[in-house]
Amino acid sequence: MSIFIDNSTRLLVQGITGRDGSFHTRQMIEYGTKVVGGVTPGKGGQKFDETVPIFNTVEQAVKETGANATVIYVPPMFAADAMMEAADAGIPFIVCITEGVPVLDMTKVYPFVKEKGARLLGPNCPGLISPGKSKVGIIPGRICTPGNIGLVSRSGTLTYEVVFQMTRAGMGQTTCVGIGGDPINGTNFIDCLAAFEADPDTTSVVMIGEIGGTDEQEAATFVKEKMSKPVVGFIAGQTAPPGRRMGHAGAIISGSAGTAAEKMQAFEENGISVAKRPIDVVELLRNAH
Amino acid sequence: MNIHEYQAKEIFRNAGIPIPPGEIATTPEEAEAIARKFGGTVVVKAQVHAGGRGKAGGVKLAKTPEEAREIAKAILSLTIKDLPVQKVLVTPAADIDTEAYVGVIVDRASKRAVFMVSPAGGIDIEQVAAETPEKLMRYPVDPRFGLMPFEAMEMGFFLYDDVKKARAAAKIMQQLYTAFIDNGGSLAEINPLVTTPAGDVVALDAKMVIDDNELDRYPAVAALRDESSEDPAEVQARKANLTFIKLDGNVGCVVNGAGLAMATMDLVKYYGGEPANFLDIGGSSNPEKVVNALRIITSDPNVKAILFNIFGGITRTDDVANGIVTATKQNPLKVPIVIRLTGTNEEIALKILTENGFSAMTDMDEAVKKAVSLATGIAA
Repeated sequence: MSIFIDNSTRLLVQGITGRDGSFHTRQMIEYGTKVVGGVTPGKGGQKFDETVPIFNTVEQAVKETGANATVIYVPPMFAADAMMEAADAGIPFIVCITEGVPVLDMTKVYPFVKEKGARLLGPNCPGLISPGKSKVGIIPGRICTPGNIGLVSRSGTLTYEVVFQMTRAGMGQTTCVGIGGDPINGTNFIDCLAAFEADPDTTSVVMIGEIGGTDEQEAATFVKEKMSKPVVGFIAGQTAPPGRRMGHAGAIISGSAGTAAEKMQAFEENGISVAKRPIDVVELLRNAH
Repeated sequence: MNIHEYQAKEIFRNAGIPIPPGEIATTPEEAEAIARKFGGTVVVKAQVHAGGRGKAGGVKLAKTPEEAREIAKAILSLTIKDLPVQKVLVTPAADIDTEAYVGVIVDRASKRAVFMVSPAGGIDIEQVAAETPEKLMRYPVDPRFGLMPFEAMEMGFFLYDDVKKARAAAKIMQQLYTAFIDNGGSLAEINPLVTTPAGDVVALDAKMVIDDNELDRYPAVAALRDESSEDPAEVQARKANLTFIKLDGNVGCVVNGAGLAMATMDLVKYYGGEPANFLDIGGSSNPEKVVNALRIITSDPNVKAILFNIFGGITRTDDVANGIVTATKQNPLKVPIVIRLTGTNEEIALKILTENGFSAMTDMDEAVKKAVSLATGIAA
């Protein structure tokens, strides 16, 4: 098993003919993801790489292909509309890779998607991968390997680093999820932790957070109260100065909320083993069993 | 993006918010002339992107035009939180009865724009929140309906018992919300919102932060950027599409991805070094980005060693390798460089680097240790 995506995932790509969309569509198909269609307004009726049918609207695409997930690679100013279009067409799982979506747009997208009953991952996230089954987004497939560890992270390349270290040490993964670094995103740590707790194949979980906000602290409380599986944590940004935005719109320390020290303490107090360096995750996972 | 008080006031004024007049001076003489024009007592206020201007001596009253000149001279020579003051706002002093706080900010917890209002204005609102939370009202706004009149009135009555003042404040809040939304704000703040002895409700200060992601949508707002009041290296980095923040250490870091960049800085510290900066070259790197990154890093005289940490996903490591080779041919390095790269096109990247006399590592910890030892002069 795995969470959110598996062999039954039938994926749509919004923005399939764009630079990023086309490149990653090929990567996903190569990995084995079932890409059933693409959406680019005005290119309906054409085929991507002579195999994947393109539609003008998500509505048409869903009707024709029975897609049950979508991934969005459209420019930031159009991303909010793309997410809402997907939710409106009844797609239950929406992944938005696009970076730079205005946060005020997200204040509208979030309630809209919720009301339609869909799950949104991102925006500004690397997507997710269930090794050996399906990948949606941009996580490099070759650094992952199937196994029993679930991973959830706010970061992109830092996730690759940790997954790579795990894979090298022979620790495979059920699913690796990147929830994204924006202040308002569709899926948070707790959503993923709950899914991993419910997944019979996942035996332990790695949670990678960073400075800014209080999501990690709330997730830590959830771990203590609701989870039976061991959790290992890492927080990036221990040396970050307050008040400065560290690349991710979410990675800013304001007031007292959101420092790395605070988050690491919340982890420790709630029974999460804290890695001081990314490489320490491997050792802590080993000790967890 | 930060904008100055006088710019935020212009935006608020255009939205209909009552704000006393004011003009900008860049020299003491200009300040004197403006003060003479207004007559009476004026306030001279430093225009810098920093909080706590008052405490730093950047806001002062002047009773005469001559005094305004002297005060402007003093303020224009100040440096507040590393930012030199280049402009002052001169505005007539107001008679103040009460001071309140009104702000709207995007709140990550409720995932909405949230108003924060307090009858205890004029001071740091985070202090109010910490010490007297009962004096702070938080009010989330449903983005589909905007701030509705009855909601604004509830907040108006939280500030004032008098219905006339409550109504005036409510109107200002609706205008503030409009200004916030229509200019792509992530924060809009009036501190203080004052009442005068005549019973008027007036905004004496204005602060606005714009969401960088909205700037493409609002070119007029984007044009408000004042590069002369930002760190030159950060301006250079932004133009090269890099995210750069200068720090105080001596290990210059070039990394792809914000999370990995922070983790790299942390690891530098873990092994006893101090990072000189945060620098994220972003996802799709081209060699040009790397050239720019190296130029920015090497312009910092504190940097004693340079550390590349690249995990290629979208980023092709051969692009990074080519960038390093090109950059160092243009400007030979004066400090040692440690290169760690792994991932997409790693073999090609290693070949390019070796052929050009560089060596590269694949392990992050080893690379960081080496960079720290080179920077500190202590063997790893």
